[in-house]
Amino acid sequence: MCLGIPGKIVDIYEVNGLQMGKVDFGGVTREACLAYVPEAQVGDYTLIHVGFALSIISEHEARETLDLIRQIADIDTELNLSQASSTQFQT
Amino acid sequence: MQTDYRDERLVQGVIEEIHKLTTQPWVLMEICGGQTHAIMRYGLDQLLPSKIELVHGPGCPVCVTSLELIDKALAIASSPGVVFTSYGDMLRVPGSGRDLFSIRANGGDVRVVYSPLDAVKIAQQYPDRQVVFFAIGFETTAPANVMSILQAKRLGLKNYSVLVSHVRVPPAIRAILTSPGNRVQGFLAAGHVCAVMGYWEYPAISELFHVPIVVTGFEPVDILQGILMTIKQLEHGEARTENGYPRIVTFDGNQPAQAIINQVFTECDRKWRGIGLLAGSGWCLRPEYAEFDAELRFSVNQIQPEESPICIAGQILQGLKKPKECPAFGTLCTPETPLGATMVSSEGACAAYYRYSLRSQ
Repeated sequence: MCLGIPGKIVDIYEVNGLQMGKVDFGGVTREACLAYVPEAQVGDYTLIHVGFALSIISEHEARETLDLIRQIADIDTELNLSQASSTQFQT
Repeated sequence: MQTDYRDERLVQGVIEEIHKLTTQPWVLMEICGGQTHAIMRYGLDQLLPSKIELVHGPGCPVCVTSLELIDKALAIASSPGVVFTSYGDMLRVPGSGRDLFSIRANGGDVRVVYSPLDAVKIAQQYPDRQVVFFAIGFETTAPANVMSILQAKRLGLKNYSVLVSHVRVPPAIRAILTSPGNRVQGFLAAGHVCAVMGYWEYPAISELFHVPIVVTGFEPVDILQGILMTIKQLEHGEARTENGYPRIVTFDGNQPAQAIINQVFTECDRKWRGIGLLAGSGWCLRPEYAEFDAELRFSVNQIQPEESPICIAGQILQGLKKPKECPAFGTLCTPETPLGATMVSSEGACAAYYRYSLRSQ
């Protein structure tokens, strides 16, 4: 119930006065309520809980966290960074 | 990029750093049952230094929903003409002697919904029937659950009500820290609870109890990063609240969601299954929304709940015992024949041990 699934917003529209949207979870598309992320735009990645988007995933923060961990691990040379950073949130 | 948080080399790097840092025994608690399952699924506990012990917290909404409320749900779901809707995890949780699934098997109209807005849609479809939604959960499901009430109000629905069993994390952390048997020295806070609420409530707890709290995500690298940040604080004698999950969580959290929760819910005392009554640990409907309260709409107050005498779920939820210390674990109590909710839920610690621990034996 608390896991939440990241997906990409592909459409935004209104139903009965509520902001709704279509969210693509790596090929499977479902409807979600976007009322709590009024700033959301098509193309944003969001985290969906029980049919509601609760946050827009910060790609900048995601990269920073990974970079920090890579520094700890000192494995920058092992990883193909350009490839890794172009991979989107697919799962 | 999400897959990067499962990258084996990144996991290895963080694990090595944790090994380097750890000089003495530490007991950490992951609050959320989703984190417990990820830890067991990826065997992360096996990779940590033996000095670090992870104990599993109460963050399993299905597990802590009180027996009284489950029995009320069973009574309401058995009432003629009712469509009882619930998140799927709840159906097999044992009440006193039966569960929602058995009510459905006996002809009751019990339906699993993915989102509470689906329950509102059912209420629109069946104006002649009472549709009840079992509004359980921590802060993570609250925005969805309250929106269903507002939506029913907006649509003028008179046949929609909710059975509310909402609980909150910060009072649970305080209860664990003040428990005489407490061993927990640092917390991995539940990342998605904080996505909603932010983590502004936690620094006061860190300070008061001198305990590190690190907001932690759910992928293997996230969890190890949370453990690393907590261990670093413990080894340096620090006790702060930190954010280990900044791609999702901000200090203030989701403010539109918090505003709507506060519009519909108010703080109340809440009984937690296996733990007992915790003051101010729940949310319930404000009086303005009493017309949507299923407890008032259906008179189901005279219930004598009966808990399994063997089940130790309460101690497991408080981090006092591990699932394998239960004499019924894997024998009398299995996911097919659960004695307690911790064996049923996809966020329950017993279910996680049952599902993943064979690998480590």
